[in-house]
Amino acid sequence: MRKDSEMKKTAQNQLMKQKKGGVFSELNRHKTLYVMTIPALCFFLIFSYIPMMGVYYAFIDYDFGKGVLNSPFVGLKNFQYFVSGGWDAPIIYLTKNTILYNLVFILLGNIMQVMFAIMITTIVGRFFKRFAQSVMLLPHFVSYVIVGTIAYNIFNSNYGVLNSMLKALGGSGISVYMIEWIWPFIITFFFLWKGTGFGMVVYLAAITGFDREVYEAAKIDGCNLVKEIRYITLPMLKPTFIMLVLFSLGGIMKGQFELFYNLIQRNGQLFNVTDVLDTYIYRAMTVNFNLGTSTAAGVYQSVFGFILVVTVNRIIRKTSPENALF
Amino acid sequence: MHTHKVSASEQALKVFFYTVLTIGSLVCVLPFILIISGSFSDSVQILQKGYSILPRGFSLDGYRSIFLFPIQIIKAYGVSIFVTGAGTGIGLMVMTLCGYAISRSELKYRNVISFTIYFTTLFSGGLVPWYIVVTKLGLKNSIWALIIPSICSSFYILLIRNFMKTIPEALVESARLEGAGEFRTLLQIVVPMSKPILATIALFLALAYWNDWYLASLYISKADLWPLQYRLYNILNAASKIASVGAENFTSKILPTETQKLANAIVATGPIIFLYPFLQKYFVQGISIGAVKG
Repeated sequence: MRKDSEMKKTAQNQLMKQKKGGVFSELNRHKTLYVMTIPALCFFLIFSYIPMMGVYYAFIDYDFGKGVLNSPFVGLKNFQYFVSGGWDAPIIYLTKNTILYNLVFILLGNIMQVMFAIMITTIVGRFFKRFAQSVMLLPHFVSYVIVGTIAYNIFNSNYGVLNSMLKALGGSGISVYMIEWIWPFIITFFFLWKGTGFGMVVYLAAITGFDREVYEAAKIDGCNLVKEIRYITLPMLKPTFIMLVLFSLGGIMKGQFELFYNLIQRNGQLFNVTDVLDTYIYRAMTVNFNLGTSTAAGVYQSVFGFILVVTVNRIIRKTSPENALF
Repeated sequence: MHTHKVSASEQALKVFFYTVLTIGSLVCVLPFILIISGSFSDSVQILQKGYSILPRGFSLDGYRSIFLFPIQIIKAYGVSIFVTGAGTGIGLMVMTLCGYAISRSELKYRNVISFTIYFTTLFSGGLVPWYIVVTKLGLKNSIWALIIPSICSSFYILLIRNFMKTIPEALVESARLEGAGEFRTLLQIVVPMSKPILATIALFLALAYWNDWYLASLYISKADLWPLQYRLYNILNAASKIASVGAENFTSKILPTETQKLANAIVATGPIIFLYPFLQKYFVQGISIGAVKG
């Protein structure tokens, strides 16, 4: 009996193998390889896919004790606070801040990285080259907590460097932490401070990968440094530049939470110009314990961001397919 | 005559580049000098005159206060070292296994798996559902809350996959003919050849774990389990904490002075500063590889 069923099984297995498309035969044939993906897949299932279902929290009045199913359904109530207030609604200034900051970060960041990479490659002195590169990479290695400390030590009104310098020069101190308009510049500065050295290396790698002969030929034809940069280096960097910019555009609704949070913390006076979706969501959850609003804002961030990425990708696929993200 | 003119303008441009690079380097390094000199300053003088590039009234008080009662900082170091070691080790293992599997062209569903992983960067449930999942797993106030939630990154897995794809198929085939199983092929052939990318990702992971305060801020309320950066974060914000949390943790202690805060910042950054010259070399190599292959 048993033998019979076993034979049947192997026959079935063989049949499955012959049918090339069999899911089980494929899984069985490369058992070990599929097993290797299980830990990672479990991770994404638990920490990415299950939370996606948690989008539902945005529509209920979630109660930790009662659980998901027993918490009352409240429809769009959680979105109310987020979208109400006309042009002063959180959704308006948060979207504006998030997108504008990220656009500036992506564009200015990449431009600075290209500029510094080009400058470094034209330097002949080995020592200076290495020194400049090492020093500019240094900020990448420290935590954002330290970045926040540095900013505070420069700008605080009591003993910050800026104010002690102003006072030494005979001027009066200024309270930078009360001035709204200056913060977009400070935040952008620290973003560039932390990221330029790191991003620069990518462009350096690209430049060193270029064919030297092109440069030699250009030099023989009487090409000077400016022309070299203008007509050889920059055009050849263009694909890398476009690729990196497009890649970062995918995260335009997210990102740099730690930068904003450590520079501003809970200084409510500055939120108008410094609050982004990430910091708003974090505060709504950890400070105000408003899980509903926080989830609602998160849902908006995810959905809007997703639509943005898909749209951008579609446009790219139409204009230059080789740069498309997926 | 003409060529001479050209080289003169070129010379000017080079001088300009040198100047900009020097300024850039100074801007990058000055804040560090500021913190270091601040940590060696006399706290009274700082309160009166403010910070400066050179220490004001050299004093070791900031550091003395840390090493008088070193138990807290030692604990924080222990947590940070464990989290960095375990996180980097486990993370690298999990991601290498997955990256290797989906780099193999005979795996029919490799693209399905890749997309499953990539999709998580496009859409997410957001902070709250993620927070609740981690809490429901019972990770709150456990050291694993600092490790597990960021053990895998889809971007790194895809980087590993891309690198491993460039390893000649023939090598893997020949290992197979000699009777090596998948694990053996991976360990003895593929991993040694992928050392550059694996070392790079290990460094990225280690740096992220070492500098993390975010997971601790969400999941750890027991001070014994604070990693270095979160301890630093709390020291720096001690004053505002008293106002918001209540005095529980702080009444018995005097608020840290500015020099103490900075000394703590130096101690928390410590190992990275020492390892920096060494790490930097690998970082540059690593990013270059990512740029060329990615």
